[in-house]
Amino acid sequence: MIYGRIHSTESFGTVDGPGIRYVVFLQGCPMRCLYCHNPDTWEINAGRQVTADEIIDEYLKNLPFYRSGGITVTGGEPLMQTEFVTELFKKAKQHGIHTCIDTSGVTYNPTNTAYAGKLDELLSYTDLVMLDIKHIDSQKHKALTGKDNANILSFARHLDDKGIEIWIRHIIVEGITDDPHDLIKLGEFIGTLRHLRALDVLPYHTMGVPKYKELGIRYPLEGVKALPARDAVKAKGHILEGIRKVRKH
Amino acid sequence: MNNNIEAWEGFESGIWKREINVRSFIKHNYTPYDGDSSFLESPTQDTLDLWEQVMDLTKKEREAGGVLDMDTKIISTITSHGPGYLDKDKEKIVGFQTDKPFKRALMPYGGIRMAEKACKDNGYELDPEVKEFFTTHRKTHNAGVFDAYTPEMRACRSSHIITGLPDAYGRGRIIGDYRRVALYGVDMLIEDKTAQKITTRSAMYSEVIRDREELSEQIRALEDLKKMAMSYGYDISGPAKNTAEAIQWLYFGYLAAVKEQNGAAMSLGRTSTFLDIYAERDLKNGTFTEKQIQEMVDHFIMKLRLIKFARTPEYNALFSGDPQWVTESIGGVAIDGRHLVTKMSYRYLHTLENLGPAPEPNLTVLWSTRLPDNFKRFCAKLSIETSSIQYENDDMMRFTHGDDYAIACCVSSMRVGLEMQFFGARANLAKCLLYAINGGVDEISGKQIAPEYRPITSEYLDYDEVMAKYDEMMKWLAGVYVNTLNIIHYMHDKYCYEKIQMALHDKKVTRWFATGIAGLSVVADSLSAIKYAKVKTIRNEAGIVVDYEVEGDFPKYGNDDDRVDNIAYDIVHRFMEHVRKNHTYRNSIPTTSILTITSNVVYGKNTGSTPDGRKKGEPFAPGANPMHRRDTHGAVASLSTVSKLPFKDAQDGISNTFSIIPGALGKDDQIFAGDIEIDLDCSNGACSTPTLFEGLDNDEE
Repeated sequence: MIYGRIHSTESFGTVDGPGIRYVVFLQGCPMRCLYCHNPDTWEINAGRQVTADEIIDEYLKNLPFYRSGGITVTGGEPLMQTEFVTELFKKAKQHGIHTCIDTSGVTYNPTNTAYAGKLDELLSYTDLVMLDIKHIDSQKHKALTGKDNANILSFARHLDDKGIEIWIRHIIVEGITDDPHDLIKLGEFIGTLRHLRALDVLPYHTMGVPKYKELGIRYPLEGVKALPARDAVKAKGHILEGIRKVRKH
Repeated sequence: MNNNIEAWEGFESGIWKREINVRSFIKHNYTPYDGDSSFLESPTQDTLDLWEQVMDLTKKEREAGGVLDMDTKIISTITSHGPGYLDKDKEKIVGFQTDKPFKRALMPYGGIRMAEKACKDNGYELDPEVKEFFTTHRKTHNAGVFDAYTPEMRACRSSHIITGLPDAYGRGRIIGDYRRVALYGVDMLIEDKTAQKITTRSAMYSEVIRDREELSEQIRALEDLKKMAMSYGYDISGPAKNTAEAIQWLYFGYLAAVKEQNGAAMSLGRTSTFLDIYAERDLKNGTFTEKQIQEMVDHFIMKLRLIKFARTPEYNALFSGDPQWVTESIGGVAIDGRHLVTKMSYRYLHTLENLGPAPEPNLTVLWSTRLPDNFKRFCAKLSIETSSIQYENDDMMRFTHGDDYAIACCVSSMRVGLEMQFFGARANLAKCLLYAINGGVDEISGKQIAPEYRPITSEYLDYDEVMAKYDEMMKWLAGVYVNTLNIIHYMHDKYCYEKIQMALHDKKVTRWFATGIAGLSVVADSLSAIKYAKVKTIRNEAGIVVDYEVEGDFPKYGNDDDRVDNIAYDIVHRFMEHVRKNHTYRNSIPTTSILTITSNVVYGKNTGSTPDGRKKGEPFAPGANPMHRRDTHGAVASLSTVSKLPFKDAQDGISNTFSIIPGALGKDDQIFAGDIEIDLDCSNGACSTPTLFEGLDNDEE
């Protein structure tokens, strides 16, 4: 029996994929994004153990709510527990449930063929990947998350080659990810993904800050203000501009 | 009955022509509407002028401290006051409770003290002659009840284990079938009631005597209804001939009821689809335009918004505000499978746009998965814009009440004109649990209220011991509660009978004996804490448990966790079984509700600390809601917990007050881009076939 380590579940997820979704927050993440609002999911050995069947049971119990939704795994970094998610999605597909992974793509490594094989098995049960590209500029990506973005961008390409539907998520933080040049560049990159289905621009918010206090961790973005919606709209405009550039000709 | 009536020209026949049967009329004549809201008309200048006048008076009323004018001398009856107007030339629908708008009527039949206090607290003085008369010469409902109460009932009342009893004010919760006035005219209704009186049994025992007396009262009320309408210049002895008359006739029926009764909920019924039949005929014949019909509806709804009663600050505290519960039930699905949404359903809801949002009338959509999509979208849009629509589960209630029921107050369902209910306030089940632990001693006053059962003496609470004692205590509570209500409704029928409302019912009426429970989630969590964690008792010097310490965690109601949800289910079922063991007045059928929408604060204030960790005086959760912040698994889990409660036991209604921030309902389309925007130009063939996201669509719903 494969167990997953989860932080929590949300029975009424309306912002993590299409429809009303059952959202599973998996425990553990290798990244340390400055603006992370779930620092309580970083630790890999914390949380509670569950089986895929338990999750599926919870879901099926309230099926009428999820008619146009499905299951989303997020975290944490769900791909840290690829085997468990594979087991979960395999069972989900047996029940015809729409499956979605919300990931940073950080675990992807094309040179690690053993892992790539496992990942491809998971992708064969996956309907949608919400890929959170933290930054298009590799240097800035590293400053923001502690890792560069080369593997992440190749993961996006890999998903597209596999024909998996993609939503791109991008968090806009003032002074960090709101440079129009970078946003246009991001648009130019994702515009070439044939299976791009949506762009989800997320304005930076400060609702995660109290968690840092509780955990006794210093909050790296202390003092940075939540992004006003109009700035997010502007940012979306820039990214769309980039997409149009590569799709016009 | 006469079948060749000009007013019925063009209507399809049915049983409704042979007997008083509005449902049959609707079924044979209504036109389901699947279209969208684009046919709706904006308000006329007259509507805007009148509404401005209302807003001005509302402002003055607020400045005057909540009441603008009050009658302190004339006892309100159907015919007590001459006609009142806002602006006679502009009003398409007329009629106020007294001789002018915003003037509250004097209604002492429920209780003279309450009427007097309502005057005094609002800065008025009750006419001494009226007081003398209702103290010495004419008994009130309140006086009758207190003549019959036992000492135990009084003790339960003052310790608040039974709260909000309608023993000093009108019970309300009865819906007259006001549509009958429009469809048949008053004379035909009098004819019918006269025939009913002739056919009572001839052996004179108390039930028969009461029936005959009540029917006589009903006939007199119908005569008065005609007189009142005549004072406004309308002869309503015959059926209404068009939409304007149908709305006016119907409203006169309702107006008579609110002139006669200051009830705890004076609901309107289910009138929109009925009226649509007239509107469809008039549109077809060119009698009225859509603009004119919407204007009538706007004026009608405006009148309903101005229903006012004289009430005391305590009453308003119990119900959190000054509610009238003018509930109107809209939509739903018919037994034959057709939905009951008509253009008139849209017109009623459209008043929220034409006149702006308002809590009254309480527009309630009887929701079904089978309602037309356009209507669902329209409701969702209006809910987002106005937060003024209540939703109820038609798929569940239709099973019990058919397709012509309406909601009284907030959740009580009843077949219009065929069923009524005896409103029974609530028993405080959380306090009952504390009584079980303390052997019937009140945890706040220290008085012995319930029988002296053996208290729990151990330091830590044992689940089986507590449950056994709790069950006994619930049995006692159900007994004293039901018997208290028996007295109340006997006296209400005797001294404060709803003449006109019952005149608009069939002779044979099903009566629901509507008990209620408060504090369900407190009880469920308390018992769960006792079962799954350790609960230590803290006693005062007299040995009474006044506080609890919970050691460890326990499953909490509101997380779709069967371990505790089953406890909640069990409590509701057990309590109802105890209620059912008792005789109920007038062969009424016992039901219960879990619906303290607002008074949960008052109940909490009067209840000591509970074993779930809730401290003395802290509010209960409203209705069947989980306790605040204890549901941690999201809305679906929380809703699923509530939906497990047994409707067959709590058929009078289960409420779940649910608020959600707009951002939690889905993506902001300002910053979220679906396919349409991304696939602006696919001329290079690089992108796949654009498809509109189904998910986006549903997010909007």
